[in-house]
Amino acid sequence: MIISKQWLLDDAPKSRTQAQLGRLYVVCLQLAHNPLAVIGAIIIGGLIITALFAPWIATHSPIAQDLSNRLLPPSSTHWMGTDELGRDIWSRVVFGSQITLTIVMLVAVIAAPLGLVVGAIAGYFGGWADRVLMSITDIFLSMPKLILALAFVAALGPGIENAIIAIAITSWPAYARIARAETLTIRNAEFVQAVKLQGASSTRIIARHILPLCTSSMIVRVTLDMAGIILTAAGLGFIGLGAQPPLPEWGAMISRGRVFILDQWWVATMPGFAIILVSLGFCFLGDGLRDVLDPKHGSE
Amino acid sequence: MGWAVNKNDDTAIAASQTEALSRYFARAVQVGTAFAKFVATIAVTFLGLAALTFFIGRVVPIDPVLAMVGDRASNEVYEAAKIEMGLDRPIPLQFVSYIWDVLNGNFGLSISTRQPVIEDLIRVFPATLEMATLGIIIGIVIGVPMGVTAAAHRGSWLDQVIRTVGLLGYSIPAFWLGLVGLAIFYARLRWTGGPGRIDVFFDGMIPPVTGMLLIDTLIAGEIDVFWNAVSHLVLPATILGFFSLAYIARMTRSFMLDQLSQEYVTTARVKGVPEFFVIWRHAFKPIRIQLITVISLSYAGLLEGSVMIETIFSWPGIGNYLTTALLNADMNAVLGSTLVIGAVFIFINKFSDVMYRILDPRARS
Repeated sequence: MIISKQWLLDDAPKSRTQAQLGRLYVVCLQLAHNPLAVIGAIIIGGLIITALFAPWIATHSPIAQDLSNRLLPPSSTHWMGTDELGRDIWSRVVFGSQITLTIVMLVAVIAAPLGLVVGAIAGYFGGWADRVLMSITDIFLSMPKLILALAFVAALGPGIENAIIAIAITSWPAYARIARAETLTIRNAEFVQAVKLQGASSTRIIARHILPLCTSSMIVRVTLDMAGIILTAAGLGFIGLGAQPPLPEWGAMISRGRVFILDQWWVATMPGFAIILVSLGFCFLGDGLRDVLDPKHGSE
Repeated sequence: MGWAVNKNDDTAIAASQTEALSRYFARAVQVGTAFAKFVATIAVTFLGLAALTFFIGRVVPIDPVLAMVGDRASNEVYEAAKIEMGLDRPIPLQFVSYIWDVLNGNFGLSISTRQPVIEDLIRVFPATLEMATLGIIIGIVIGVPMGVTAAAHRGSWLDQVIRTVGLLGYSIPAFWLGLVGLAIFYARLRWTGGPGRIDVFFDGMIPPVTGMLLIDTLIAGEIDVFWNAVSHLVLPATILGFFSLAYIARMTRSFMLDQLSQEYVTTARVKGVPEFFVIWRHAFKPIRIQLITVISLSYAGLLEGSVMIETIFSWPGIGNYLTTALLNADMNAVLGSTLVIGAVFIFINKFSDVMYRILDPRARS
């Protein structure tokens, strides 16, 4: 089997894999026409590569202290300068990408399926299940996310795991809403009736036939939410409730550089640029994906 | 002349009056139901919020009794305190009494200030309100024209710039922008005041009336202090305003694009209406109601966003109070501020919802 352009664009795919790969190819082609989406994809790709190959990309150890070289300005040996303990900021930013990527992925892995399942159950069964689940969702939705996350972390105790849990708890409701809306439109479709007549159980219908159709709008929404997740995580780190020292988390690094902002500006500003770059990348990519996958809500 | 109407006219007038009355009555019922629904959803959501804070308060790993009596207390003292705090009762009962306390504004004592949390909150809230209000004004005054301009010049470089500014609003950490702003505009350029609401020199000179310094200084007639307060407020409020501006401009742009693609706009253009009037008189008018929703949502968002900004600017508002409480593990204060911010947030949220329904005929049905 050769993966050729023709094979990918075949109007009558012979297998499920071929159809899926073909669809993926079309999406990529359309994304490539959107310059901002390409920039976004490059940034996110860069983030992933940096996180995977951090030990090779970093020039120094992220935690090794060198008190004789503290608070040095950016130079050819220390590209982003050094912090108050003489640690190389570039290397810390590079290793920080691992933390950011972990947070973002874990939140997505926890919150998206949770929201999907809640929304699909509410939409599929309707009635009181819908009413109860959706009023819980609405209560969560109408609350300030950051404040709620702060309160949760305060209760659970500071730390990166608890920050992830807190952010996930506050971000699932949006996904539940989307999944419910999608389910409502699919639930009475003929193909669902068909599998129902064949004797498929509700679990099977939801898991095999409804959830897969929710994924594309889900991917769009999750990508668009990533920037917010990164900012919240950095905010928690900044306040001192997220990742704890000596972890090179970007928000916590800004917090430590706060004291030196007037004379040694690079300590606090450099990690900020990393946050902005990555968040922008997700925004660009999310916007582009929305135009391709969810044309109804695109054109914004 | 008007009194001498014949019978037919009389009944006609009566009929039209009844009709007008019944229409008026139907409208009143509509608004009434909307209002009743508003009260009901808001009550349910508040209850949910209280349930959440109650839950958060209970899953705290630290023993609340131990925090109260200290770890050197004897067993008897510990048990007595536990009973006094009502923690020996079943959880549903505790929840009911918690709701009762919340309704009475009893959030307990703050560990760090040794004062009732509710008094602290009343003291610090005006500072946040002042900053958020100025922030939203900046956001509206700049954001709405920006969004309209972007939509009017769709696809041009101006549009791209405005869109990018909008996306930056989603990507820049508020605390970072605050720090950089302080470093540049306060430390380097000396254009604005530093952290805090006022120079230390003026501290305590102004008797608090509303708690909002800009108003209190004017009441006291202290113009110097007023300008000093302005210089302190302008930077944090602008930064806060930037974030609402990003959202408002983005939404305004997409609403305007919707309108500009409508046929009545084409008609107006064909008639020869100048483009400026097409945009501001024709297309802008229908989106004002949608904008009310967007603006109130971003106002609520600013109350939340002020947490970070206040921390950076040592602004003695509710956000700063909350972060201080977080770091001291002062749970009464944390939950109290969460409740208050959450309640204000929910109220604005639902209120804008109901306003939209009352104002927009299409959303009534």
